[in-house]
Amino acid sequence: MSDMTSLVRVQDAGLSHDGGKNFIFRHVDLEIEEGQFVAVLGPSGVGKSTLLRVIMGLIAPTEGTTTLSTAREQQTGSRRSALVFQDARLMPWRTVRGNVELGLEGLGLSRSERHQRAEGSLELVKLSAEASRWPRQLSGGQRQRVGVARALTVNPDLLLMDEPFGALDAITRKNLQTELLAIWQKTRKTVLFVTHDIDEALLLADRVIVLAGKPASVRGDLKVGKRPRDPSSPALRALAGRLRSLIAGEEDPGDTPYWQAAEI
Amino acid sequence: MNGLHIGAGGRIGLGAVGLLLLLAIWQASVQFHLVPPGLLPAPTELWTAFVSEVSGGFWVQAIKDSLVHYIAGLLIGSVLGAGAGLVCASIPIVDALTGGVVRLLRPIPGLAWVPFAILWFGLNNVGATFVIAISVFWINFYAAYGAVKSVDQELYEVAAAFGHRGFLARLHYVTLPAAMPGLLAGLRTGLGQGWMSVVAAELFGVPGVGARMMQASSLLATDIVVVYMITMAGLYALTDFLFGLVRDRVLRWQG
Repeated sequence: MSDMTSLVRVQDAGLSHDGGKNFIFRHVDLEIEEGQFVAVLGPSGVGKSTLLRVIMGLIAPTEGTTTLSTAREQQTGSRRSALVFQDARLMPWRTVRGNVELGLEGLGLSRSERHQRAEGSLELVKLSAEASRWPRQLSGGQRQRVGVARALTVNPDLLLMDEPFGALDAITRKNLQTELLAIWQKTRKTVLFVTHDIDEALLLADRVIVLAGKPASVRGDLKVGKRPRDPSSPALRALAGRLRSLIAGEEDPGDTPYWQAAEI
Repeated sequence: MNGLHIGAGGRIGLGAVGLLLLLAIWQASVQFHLVPPGLLPAPTELWTAFVSEVSGGFWVQAIKDSLVHYIAGLLIGSVLGAGAGLVCASIPIVDALTGGVVRLLRPIPGLAWVPFAILWFGLNNVGATFVIAISVFWINFYAAYGAVKSVDQELYEVAAAFGHRGFLARLHYVTLPAAMPGLLAGLRTGLGQGWMSVVAAELFGVPGVGARMMQASSLLATDIVVVYMITMAGLYALTDFLFGLVRDRVLRWQG
């Protein structure tokens, strides 16, 4: 089962902020293979973002273990993981370029190497022209692109995205989703993408993991095939309906905690 | 309202008009004996007093003397005050430990420390520096404390997510830059407070602008007193202007 390509391994993980009385999530098991685009889907407030931070190592789990490991040698100027926040969270005192370079500092790169790397990432998100501007001079969509560039610059093995497009207007969201897919097809990063939007998960991900319940646990784990996708196709509509009932807890995953859908 | 908008140029112009009006009213009230003679020098008399102070060498000497302990007191008080505020605000145990001490010492004005300044350091620049540093200290302490307390906590998570953890990394990547506007506001208030404390610090005879003012005052030479009042206002305006240039440069990101 556990082959060498599994990048993230979460085993029986649980998190409690009150010493084990109440758990945010519990008995979570997950394996994510390299190169996969995985969506974590669940209702607001279920603990998806917290699970992301546990996987990233920003928060230690109360129970169980999480590991992030790859057989590949780590290159200079790269980090194991990087996070894109929901509200961009740029540092207002740094220029666009300065924000993108944040993760590169302290890795032993020269100033010109950092500039070069930042420039490459800004090109990927089509913001080269804005490199010297301040965050306050950008639109919400542009700020979020800077957030994506900041994460891509450290060439992470795992790219974590915490509802990155949730605060944007519908048109900007659509554009950024399309661009993210293009970037993903170019870089083939392993992506763990948190969202509460079923359509977004079905549009972007190879695999959708449903997190629901109190304490939360994995209520479904299914593959979505074929790209490009048409979210209005009958097959995806049917899948969306099943996801909706899984999130609402109407469909019991049964004896097996993993509920695999046939590839569509 | 009727939407009257005053631009930057208009503000400066109107400010000048206000000053001229004050001078005119002042001159008229002395000239037409609206105030009893001898209570207030006329603006026209000030020029003569100013020229005699400058030509006697007193004026430049007084400014030089004051600048020595002004700059020293400002630097020491600002650095220690901002540093202490920063440490108290970012380390909870230090914050709790110093809470009582701060409340005890904070309300004591710099002037009250003069006897101790004389006892501990003597009638010299060091004593004067001490008095100025104390007044400047608290302004910077509270400015830094408040600025650090109001740093957006979520930015610490951003720093951590990109590999910057630990006290020093947090300080460098988040606390200092985020608190910079508040720190600089404290420094700026301290610049003014420093000039005010110069008078207190020189009360007991350390030479400088304040001491010269006190000498003139004891001789009821009100024209000379006013010359030094205006001198201090001018020095404050100059330091504040220069500081403003530096601040605007450092805080470009605020726009």
